[in-house]
Amino acid sequence: MAINRIFRTDPISGLLFHQPAETLMKANAVAGVVALLVGGLLAIVVALTRWPAVHLAPADSFYQALTAHGIDMLIIWIIFFEMAILYFCSSTLLRSRLATPRIAWLGFALMVIGAITTNLAILKGDSSVMMTSYVPMPANPNFYLGLILFAVGALLGCFVFLGTLVIAKEERTYEGSIPLVTFGATTACIIAIFTIASGAIILIPTYLWSIGLISNIDPLMYRTIWWALGHSSQQINVSAHIAVWYAIAAIVFGATPMSEKVSRMAFLLYILFLQLASAHHILVDPGHTAEWRIFNTSYAMYLAVLASMVHGLTVPGSIEVAQRLKGFNKGLFEWLRKAPWGNPVFSGMFISLIGFGFLGGISGVVMGTEQINLIIHNTIYVPGHFHATVVIGTTLAFMSLTYFLIPVLFKRELILPRLAQWQPYLFGISMSVFSLVMMGAGTLGVARRHWDMAFTGAPLGYEYPATAYLLMGVVGITAVVAVVGGAAFILITVGSILFGKRLPQGSYGAPAPAPQAPMAVAIEGHGHVGIKGFSAPGTLVLAFTFLALFMAYYAINWKYLASVWHFG
Amino acid sequence: MSSILPPAQRVWWNQPVDRIEITWVLVALAWCLFMFFMMPLWHIYGRQNLTNESYRISPTAYAAKSKEMVDKYTVRTETEQKIPVVHPPVGSDIYLVARLWAWEPLLELEKDKTYRLHLSSMDYQHGFSLQPINVNFQVVPGYEMVVTLTPDKAGEYTIVCNEYCGIGHHTMLGKIYVVDKKG
Repeated sequence: MAINRIFRTDPISGLLFHQPAETLMKANAVAGVVALLVGGLLAIVVALTRWPAVHLAPADSFYQALTAHGIDMLIIWIIFFEMAILYFCSSTLLRSRLATPRIAWLGFALMVIGAITTNLAILKGDSSVMMTSYVPMPANPNFYLGLILFAVGALLGCFVFLGTLVIAKEERTYEGSIPLVTFGATTACIIAIFTIASGAIILIPTYLWSIGLISNIDPLMYRTIWWALGHSSQQINVSAHIAVWYAIAAIVFGATPMSEKVSRMAFLLYILFLQLASAHHILVDPGHTAEWRIFNTSYAMYLAVLASMVHGLTVPGSIEVAQRLKGFNKGLFEWLRKAPWGNPVFSGMFISLIGFGFLGGISGVVMGTEQINLIIHNTIYVPGHFHATVVIGTTLAFMSLTYFLIPVLFKRELILPRLAQWQPYLFGISMSVFSLVMMGAGTLGVARRHWDMAFTGAPLGYEYPATAYLLMGVVGITAVVAVVGGAAFILITVGSILFGKRLPQGSYGAPAPAPQAPMAVAIEGHGHVGIKGFSAPGTLVLAFTFLALFMAYYAINWKYLASVWHFG
Repeated sequence: MSSILPPAQRVWWNQPVDRIEITWVLVALAWCLFMFFMMPLWHIYGRQNLTNESYRISPTAYAAKSKEMVDKYTVRTETEQKIPVVHPPVGSDIYLVARLWAWEPLLELEKDKTYRLHLSSMDYQHGFSLQPINVNFQVVPGYEMVVTLTPDKAGEYTIVCNEYCGIGHHTMLGKIYVVDKKG
């Protein structure tokens, strides 16, 4: 069987695309955006129901929409897009042919079938069990089956990625070590394999239970293993979107890692410790010891948090150094002021970075502290936190990358460029306020996954403070704005792919024999910029601001915890 | 050299680490270790901790223990459904039942007295969320978790269910009345 070795060099970016990989990237990205569209429509139902003054949907439809919203956004949109990223980071960045494109297509087909199967099961109405599908609440067997098929498809994609790394090494398509961005994608891939294995261990027996072959699934075992899927899948996102941050810093600024060693060590820490994070979700469960909780929830002494704090410095740091080398070397922040704020590839990535760190990162560590979790578990604070990490962090980073991929991969000019300029701000800022007020409502005790905070029809009653109602109203309003921002993204991307002006794509043929530097000029060392021997002083100031806020918020939560009844 | 290209120096691990990076790594590491040690320290000095005490139990066995308590210590009933209100002895074991869609029985506890609260579910998973102080536990069928608690303020407290448990989830409320015996 002949191996397809047809490549094209993109005239805009200089990147080398392998034809089958290119088609796969497009298919996965498009499938992801379709899931984003469905999830976005469902978000309207969820948000307008939780907005107390509107209270749109009846209870059954609300829980149904919430289940599908979680699955379509957290799993289907993100993992489809991550498949595109894995193929981009292996085939394109390593200038290699993609391993076994047919198996990659098989994986894609399984993912599509799985996604549709699960969505249809939810649509039928007997699978409104939330994304977590905690046993013993039963769902339609097809709900689990669809997830299993989707996961197997994603696993095949991971193997294609790893196979491509092997081929690239064998065929010497690059010199020396793989690029940092590919290293980050490899981290995501390794965590993905762990995640999918955990998912198989728990979802396959649950499927067998749902069709009556197994009599009982222990609910505590389910929670412990399910979260090795549930939380770790979000760690795939973290690794992937941080790889995307580095990629965008390189694409927009020609940024080089401040040092390869530190950035790669930080990714390595993710592989070693991020998986332990599933303990966060079961801190107030019966059956776990304090030692287990402390060790696991801290990711073994917060070494994975350390990794995120390192990336949080090195990504903007690498941008600062690149900008200073270009001459924006005045004062602390000229590099940032003179950054291309009108370019959605950059603005989206930077809002993603700030939102992920300041909102998602701080709240995540605080609520994952063993004892502080007592005052946060299962309140609406939790979705407040993960909308900051997954929507502002991951989704916005992927949106930014998409603005780069439309001309480069899809060969179309962006339509509505003015709207594209504004979209990251509209989406990022509304989601930031949304996350913050949700966390605020959570600290006032408002429950997540709850149809009616007024408890209509309950024999006993409870009245949340008026502030909680106000905050939930703001949740509704900002959610609507964010949905408009998301719709703008879909309008621009789908519109551009269908109707955008065609761009020259470069001709297909054999790959250029000698790898050339496709991006900005090589920059060697950065000893001569910055202030007082610090190459990126502005970033260091930002980092210490972050740390000060982190410490203050951490202390406030302990103080609040100390004020409640005594337990234990 | 760029983040999307292979490192320009083949032996990149010998490249010296930037001063700003090493500063930040050390500061961040110190902060991470501080946060780590806060948790065991709170077990020693803090007053809000979970015990390690929990047991496997069948829903029927748990319901029987709860019924025994209700039969002994019910002081009155509330609402049209005649939900029992239990005033258990100070320091005793209290068996709170979570089921679709109620927390039973209602409890009357004394201020500044310590009790051993047991939690288990008869059916699906539930979430014990005590309002307005906002303290939350997961309640899992087949498991009995024991929490010692000391209410420090008199008043009416509500248990909201905050783990999704089906269509009537939003009606699942319970009460803990804290009374001040001295006052």
